[in-house]
Amino acid sequence: MQKYDAIVVGGGHNGLVNAAYLGKAGLKVALLERRPVVGGATITEEIHPGFKYLTGSYLISLLRPQVIRELELPKHGLEILPLESTVAPLPDGNYFADWPDHDMTRLEIERFSRKDAENYDEFNATMRRIIFGVKPIMDMIPPDPTSLAPHDLAQMARVRGTLDRMERRDFHTLCRLMTMSAADFLDEWFETAPLKAIKSTSGIIGTFLGVRSPGTGYVLLHHYLGELNGVPRAWGFAKGGTGGLSQSIARSARAHGVDIFEGMPVEQILIENGRAVGVATQKGDEFRADRVISAAHAHPTFLKMVDSKHLPEDYLADINRWRTRGPSCKVNLALDGLPDFPAIPKSKRALLRGSIEIAPSVDYLEQAYDDAKYGGWSKRPFMDALMPSLLDPGMAPPGKHVMSLFVQYADADLKGGWTDQKKAEFLDVVVDTLSEHSPDLKEKILHKHIMTPDDLEKIFGLTGGHIFHGELTLPQLFFMRPSPQWANYRTPIQGLWMCGSSCHPGGCITGAPGRNAALEIIAEAKEQVTI
Amino acid sequence: MQRLKVTPFHSRTSALMQGAEWRRWGGYQVASCYEMVPDREYYAVRSSTAMFDVSPLAKYKITGSEARAYLQKLLTRNIEKLGPGHVVYSPWCDPRGKVVDDGTLACFDEEHFQLTAAEQGEAWLLKVAAGFEVSIENITDDFGILALQGPTSRALLKELVGAGVDDLGFSEAASFEVDSMPLWISRTGYTGDLGYEVWIPSNQAEKLWDRLVDIGFSYALMPAGIWALDVARVEAGLIMLDVDYLSALRTESVSQTSSPYELGLGWSVHFKKGDFVGRDALLKEKEQGTSPYRFVSLVLDDVAYRQAFAEAGLAASLPVQAWRGMHPLFDAQGLQPGYATCGTWSPTTQKYIMLAQVEPAYSEVGSELYFDAVVDRRRHRFCCRVVKTPVFETSRKKESYAKV
Repeated sequence: MQKYDAIVVGGGHNGLVNAAYLGKAGLKVALLERRPVVGGATITEEIHPGFKYLTGSYLISLLRPQVIRELELPKHGLEILPLESTVAPLPDGNYFADWPDHDMTRLEIERFSRKDAENYDEFNATMRRIIFGVKPIMDMIPPDPTSLAPHDLAQMARVRGTLDRMERRDFHTLCRLMTMSAADFLDEWFETAPLKAIKSTSGIIGTFLGVRSPGTGYVLLHHYLGELNGVPRAWGFAKGGTGGLSQSIARSARAHGVDIFEGMPVEQILIENGRAVGVATQKGDEFRADRVISAAHAHPTFLKMVDSKHLPEDYLADINRWRTRGPSCKVNLALDGLPDFPAIPKSKRALLRGSIEIAPSVDYLEQAYDDAKYGGWSKRPFMDALMPSLLDPGMAPPGKHVMSLFVQYADADLKGGWTDQKKAEFLDVVVDTLSEHSPDLKEKILHKHIMTPDDLEKIFGLTGGHIFHGELTLPQLFFMRPSPQWANYRTPIQGLWMCGSSCHPGGCITGAPGRNAALEIIAEAKEQVTI
Repeated sequence: MQRLKVTPFHSRTSALMQGAEWRRWGGYQVASCYEMVPDREYYAVRSSTAMFDVSPLAKYKITGSEARAYLQKLLTRNIEKLGPGHVVYSPWCDPRGKVVDDGTLACFDEEHFQLTAAEQGEAWLLKVAAGFEVSIENITDDFGILALQGPTSRALLKELVGAGVDDLGFSEAASFEVDSMPLWISRTGYTGDLGYEVWIPSNQAEKLWDRLVDIGFSYALMPAGIWALDVARVEAGLIMLDVDYLSALRTESVSQTSSPYELGLGWSVHFKKGDFVGRDALLKEKEQGTSPYRFVSLVLDDVAYRQAFAEAGLAASLPVQAWRGMHPLFDAQGLQPGYATCGTWSPTTQKYIMLAQVEPAYSEVGSELYFDAVVDRRRHRFCCRVVKTPVFETSRKKESYAKV
């Protein structure tokens, strides 16, 4: 068997990004993916013939522009279409819409509150300034703040440097946002209930907390860190679904000489004399390499693929206490036509091409959390629906449509477990709740499919079904992610690295952990060569 | 009161207009964009179907026993073999070999051709016609034209007119009749993508619009304005009159004129066909290599561009609407070996691109030039590189769908 410079375990988007960068730097890289197709949770799957389902992630914004440019992803087929509106149908037959255009959004908000319409400009400007200040942190290697080593001090100086990009008052707003709940933060700005509701949903995506739980302010900020064509906070849809993105990264990686092995589950990371030297696959093959990089979740990496005896106790304790109980489901519906949402006026039919959020009020969202937090699920869940076939007609046969629904909350640790019957029951809850806003939805459904937290774990390897590889709460961010002193993509085992969402800056399609880790690996490899 | 003319689709386009973003084109009023945000109109070109009202194109019916001989004299391109059902693109020049206008020519039969031009220019066509047995009829207002451009345009049109649309190869055209609407459809466009242009008699234009919108919803059809078209055509490296060049008939000095060689159109100048307007001058220019400029595409270093904004404390402002205007290009010494005529952020290639005319020494792929842009009230100089034209290319444009 050929010896590689590096083996990447797991072909999710970060594993692919990491492998592509290493390949580009001239390393001989093998990437091993457990499933028959790379992509991880960044995948498009034709589960019902002719209909392309987004079984994992569904939108893109945080993907670093450097990754797009440096890996030449457009050349390899990436096309991202803008997603331009969010609409919430309301129970009283009204609706609330958020557009990317100043005048349009202002007109919408003025229907509810003139004061909010005016505050909205200041809110957006404030958020833009804060985003501008903190965004460079995404591309930093988290330092160990307790260390006096030169590279840690240099990184600390860079972190401090971000404050120079911020006004003092914005830094104070940032501190409050980081520690408050999304709902409390928005209460400081607005009075319109549906405006606060759709804004606060950014604070609970993927997170097992309610909109009134402290910490959701950061999750909201996290979802503001993206951009599209240079426009901050814009979200987009990859042509062909998010699988279109992972395939473009895979093509870039292959063009840089990376060997991608699909359907090749890794059983064990081989460690000899305290150093990672390769992997053994479930099929019994061995791949040897100078270094191994795990793009997998921290739990399968350190609790399954690495023999615990190689890990220091405190590190193992950090991994064991890692909070990774997910509240999110993905539902996909194949539709025999466009469902009607009576709350959305015919003249605003363009709103159907954006996000349709079932989030009528902050109380609705908080109730959805309350229902689920003791091993249950929301009686009326929060949903973020999207009809990709209206953006990219290739997602469904002509005249038909596909709907992707991000759904919360359903406890990963469901009482009695996620049996087939429970799964079907919750799928009905989702469809029933959506039908309250779209009476003809049920008659248009040709096929329906759900990914529960249990499925997300079994199929994608996300422990607890957590879409971010673990909560994005303060104890699990930056130099604490996944473990203090080991947040710089290294691990206590020499030659073993991490490059997935379990590392800084965490979940969402960012490519940042994959790229940051690659840059560290390349720098170290170069040093070793010169020595 | 004088008003701009409107197109046959005006009742429909004006109903869609959200932000009063109209513009002028050849004396007509057309949409810059319909939605308040133009992004989706552009993306439709590359991901579904954009529908452009291009009715202001000047249209001429050219008939007579010497129609072909006349067109050979008018155009720089050899159209000797242009047969019925085929369309070609060509510029035409004045006797100095400077471009007057450019457009497409379709052949219906040996004595019947149809020419389009960016602007009204009948007087010039008639001037060249002296002595030919030919009749030139301006049919601009007789027809509305909808350009359907994008990957789903074929499937969409197929639903309207039937499988016959599959038989249209690139640059081919045919007549169809649907619900007593006589349509003439050519597989042509101005976006570098798969696309068609559909001609309809003006008095039935609204009916066609409604049918297309109705069918189009399932194909994510978007009515789109000139801003979207502009980004797509810069990506495709296609020139525009009054942006990338001025008509030789309307320039105030010879320095403002352009020969086909300066516009990247040398491939459409054919000397073997015999005499045509501008032949002697063009032959001399070609043989002596005296063209002052070459037409190129440039990619601006957007890393430095973004960095300049970051240093000013701002998020990068990429030109998502194409800009137009003569912008000098500098060399390392600060001399000006050329100028850019338009530029845009290309969402599909994720690059900041420009079209430019540069001195031959700077026209090779990889040549470096410098471009000034304002970042937060200050002028900055950025490097840009000559790249292959067009920046965006897709196999969809010329792919054959005919059943073998």
